[in-house]
Amino acid sequence: MTKEIRRIITEYGRLSVDITALPVDADLYQAGMTSHASIDVMLALEDHFDVEFPDGMLTRSAFESITAIEAALLKLRAEAAVR
Amino acid sequence: MSVSVGRDQAFLDAVRHIADAHAAPNADQVDREARFPAETIEALREERALSAFVPGELGGGEVSFQALASACFELGRRCGASAMVFAMHQIQVVSIVRHLQGADWFEEYLRSLAAEQRLIASATSEVGTGGDMGRSVAAVTPGEDGMCAFEKQAPTVSYGAHADDLFVTLRRGPQAEPSDQVVVLARKDQTELEPTSSWDTLGMRGTCSPGYVVRASIAPGQVLPTPFPKVSAESMVPVSHILWSHLWLGIATDAFERARAFVRAAAKRDPGTPPPVATRLSHLMSELSLLRAEVSSGLAEFLDASGEPGRERLSTMASALRVNNLKIAASEQAPRVCQGAMGVCGIMGYKNDTPFSVGRHLRDTMSAPLMLANERIHQTNASLLLIAKEV
Repeated sequence: MTKEIRRIITEYGRLSVDITALPVDADLYQAGMTSHASIDVMLALEDHFDVEFPDGMLTRSAFESITAIEAALLKLRAEAAVR
Repeated sequence: MSVSVGRDQAFLDAVRHIADAHAAPNADQVDREARFPAETIEALREERALSAFVPGELGGGEVSFQALASACFELGRRCGASAMVFAMHQIQVVSIVRHLQGADWFEEYLRSLAAEQRLIASATSEVGTGGDMGRSVAAVTPGEDGMCAFEKQAPTVSYGAHADDLFVTLRRGPQAEPSDQVVVLARKDQTELEPTSSWDTLGMRGTCSPGYVVRASIAPGQVLPTPFPKVSAESMVPVSHILWSHLWLGIATDAFERARAFVRAAAKRDPGTPPPVATRLSHLMSELSLLRAEVSSGLAEFLDASGEPGRERLSTMASALRVNNLKIAASEQAPRVCQGAMGVCGIMGYKNDTPFSVGRHLRDTMSAPLMLANERIHQTNASLLLIAKEV
């Protein structure tokens, strides 16, 4: 999953640094991801993983690192599995 | 009556008195001469209103946020520029109080703000960012003496020449990305303001908001511990839009009151026949009600979300959309109400020297859609709408 997230961020995050060198807990906003770019990342994640982030999850901090994004996706999957 | 309700009440009584006794009689001169509303701000200092929101343990008045919003409304009814200066100062105070995370320097600062009734101005916009507050060019730059320096080109700094301290957004460091921002509080004795433009405007003339190059040398402890994006989403943006919309509502309410006084005077002159403009006043009341409803629901939702542990909901996109809509709606509706009041009062409203004059009200509220341009907010909303679910 980390690999797929990294690919999506590479494509849509418009970072100013090389993402392959970025640790999973690095702050993506500090790495140059703008608010607008973060929305493109969210849309691509929803599309790729076939999920919908509910409004309560759509915060800046939920998308601030690869780890945070992975946690959000896992949480959504777990919730979907319960239903 | 609980202690907090009593505190709010006493604070609001004092502000109402200041609005009537100091803001109202000076409003026309402040507007005409584009001068700082010094009498009103001095009276607010004497009532310790500048530290009204500071916690009691730091020497402040510890009033509620609702009370601050009501104070903006009351001042707005009497002098838009006075209300705007008060509102802007409180935006910085609320942002610091909510995000200082126990930092020593900021606690000590709030103590001195309360003791000396210091007035804070802000330099959050910047030349070269296209009006985007979420990006900075200027950076906190460490010097050799353990101090930090910065130089920022600020296109408008409201009451900059009259403030004691300056709330400034900057990049975290010389290598930081434009969006990696922090807030710095620079004291006047650390700051140099070089004027770059004038302030001869259509309205809000008393806010005295020319551009400056801001240069300062500060200690590292003067950087607020909470990063600016969080301060912005949880406090600065919603608080700005709520306090501004309250004062715009205040201005529009006074314009409506003047129109009503005009219609009553006409009715008294000719008893038995309702004046033809009476129905226009009824239309105007509907417009004012819409504005009032939007402003009060915006405040109520912010208070709900602020009361939740962690205030996480304020960081959601749905919350950003809500508060952006408050700004757009209130800033467009307030001048509409003022123009409607002018329609009721006719030439008596258009003239600057009658009891029914509403020219200043109209001009002051015309600044509302421009301060943080609504088109830019629409652009942000358009992008948030792509991903937010419930709006």
